Amino acid sequence: MTEPMIQFRDLHKSFGSNHVLRGIDLSVNKGESMVIIGGSGTGKSVLIKMVLGLLKPTSGTILVDDKDSKAGDRDAFLARFGMLFQGGALFDSMPVWQNVAFRLLRGALKRPKEEARAIAVEKLRRVGLKEWVADLYPAELSGGMQKRVGLARAIAADPEIIFFDEPTTGLDPIMAGVINKLVREIVTEMGATAMTITHDMSSVRAIADHVAMIHDGKVRWTGPIAQLDDSGDPYLDQFIHARAEGPIEAIR
Amino acid sequence: MANPMNPFQVFLAPIGRSTLSLLAAIGRIAIYMAETLSHIVRPPFYFREFLHQLMVIGYFSLPVVGLTAVFTGAALALQIFEGGSRFNAESVVPSIVAIGMVRELGPVLGGLMVAGRVASSVAAELGTMRVTEQIDALVTLSTHPMKYLTVPRVLAATLAMPVLVAVGDSIGIFGGFLVGTSRLGLNPAAYLHNTVDFLNSWDVVSGLIKASVFGFIVALMGCYHGMNSGRGAQGVGRATTNAVVSASVLILTTNYLMTEAFFSS
Repeated sequence: MTEPMIQFRDLHKSFGSNHVLRGIDLSVNKGESMVIIGGSGTGKSVLIKMVLGLLKPTSGTILVDDKDSKAGDRDAFLARFGMLFQGGALFDSMPVWQNVAFRLLRGALKRPKEEARAIAVEKLRRVGLKEWVADLYPAELSGGMQKRVGLARAIAADPEIIFFDEPTTGLDPIMAGVINKLVREIVTEMGATAMTITHDMSSVRAIADHVAMIHDGKVRWTGPIAQLDDSGDPYLDQFIHARAEGPIEAIR
Repeated sequence: MANPMNPFQVFLAPIGRSTLSLLAAIGRIAIYMAETLSHIVRPPFYFREFLHQLMVIGYFSLPVVGLTAVFTGAALALQIFEGGSRFNAESVVPSIVAIGMVRELGPVLGGLMVAGRVASSVAAELGTMRVTEQIDALVTLSTHPMKYLTVPRVLAATLAMPVLVAVGDSIGIFGGFLVGTSRLGLNPAAYLHNTVDFLNSWDVVSGLIKASVFGFIVALMGCYHGMNSGRGAQGVGRATTNAVVSASVLILTTNYLMTEAFFSS
């Protein structure tokens, strides 16, 4: 499958005098799991936030299914996406099941309350959480459970495209492994297109079909996961082997 | 090479910067208010959120407004009695307590107390939601934050404040009645008679209009500062402070302007 689902064309983004992205060109194919890596502050999260319209590009184009991401009906556009946020971003004021079924309780995808709850419980089960968790509040959950609930919310409406922003940040290695496995399984069984932002190399190896490395505001290297260790790119080699010495300055 | 500033320019520069910054802030708030008003009249409307906010903003503010009103009414009765006794006008206590509470003190003190309670909590809640990406999450779930967060709060505060102030006015007048009849020896029947006789409907209605405007200001300031909160605990703290201060200043300013408009003729 080589049909492009998301295309970034000469994308620039500045915050005042800070030019974070300086001409990103990248394609993510339909059904592919693309992992974006790069140092902190290189604009990886900015990239996915611009697809969703949370941030506006300074210049350049984002195409989703060959259509400009800014054109057309906004609700219909967003209904195609699911997103797992770095900190979970669960709504504190509502129980877990209402977080998961948020989209199914209002708007165009609204379902009867019982049906929405049943779907939420099913999605929670899919991410390894039992039914009793559904009635807890996010503040009552551990970090790992919150990530799983965030994951369940991201997949609740069966989106075509899923974004994962640092899915394993702040988790112990075992829980990180569980989340990586879940992400990979869910993307495969749903046939969704996935973009994951991470600097956790175990996540990269568990989740990615393709990898892109962003450095200095541009795509430094992109290719299939199988070529990651033989890229011959000194920047990528330094990053994936976590070396302090190399072309990437440690102090930025 | 840039010309160095003379001492007069050095003196004026910070004043100019502050003025520009103030004007920019007023502009941003005006745009936010216009956006809020435009979303109020466009669907979807989140009715359950609105009811929830009516409870949080209206019902749960009753104790603080009631307590403020009862002590204000009581203190007012004491002050007017003491002042009036200087020229043998103790009998004006009921009418001045009633008019003072209904026209001015009820709405203004109620508004300030609600500003302290509601503007701060709304700014802190929305600021935390901003910092923890919950507002971004709302957008990705096809829910407009303005419609889901701002509109229900602003509408609830605008509608709840007149009710709160009406209750507060009654409690304040009752506070004056208690002190007047038990401490100052005024006749209960005459007190009630004077209260009702001297109040007209415009006194009450003007106070309730003020209350509604103050409710709108309180919720708008809470939402505006919360939605535009800076990062981290410091950002949320600053948003909370700014919400209370700006709501209080705007309440006092608009109170004067409305009093001019309602009563200057």
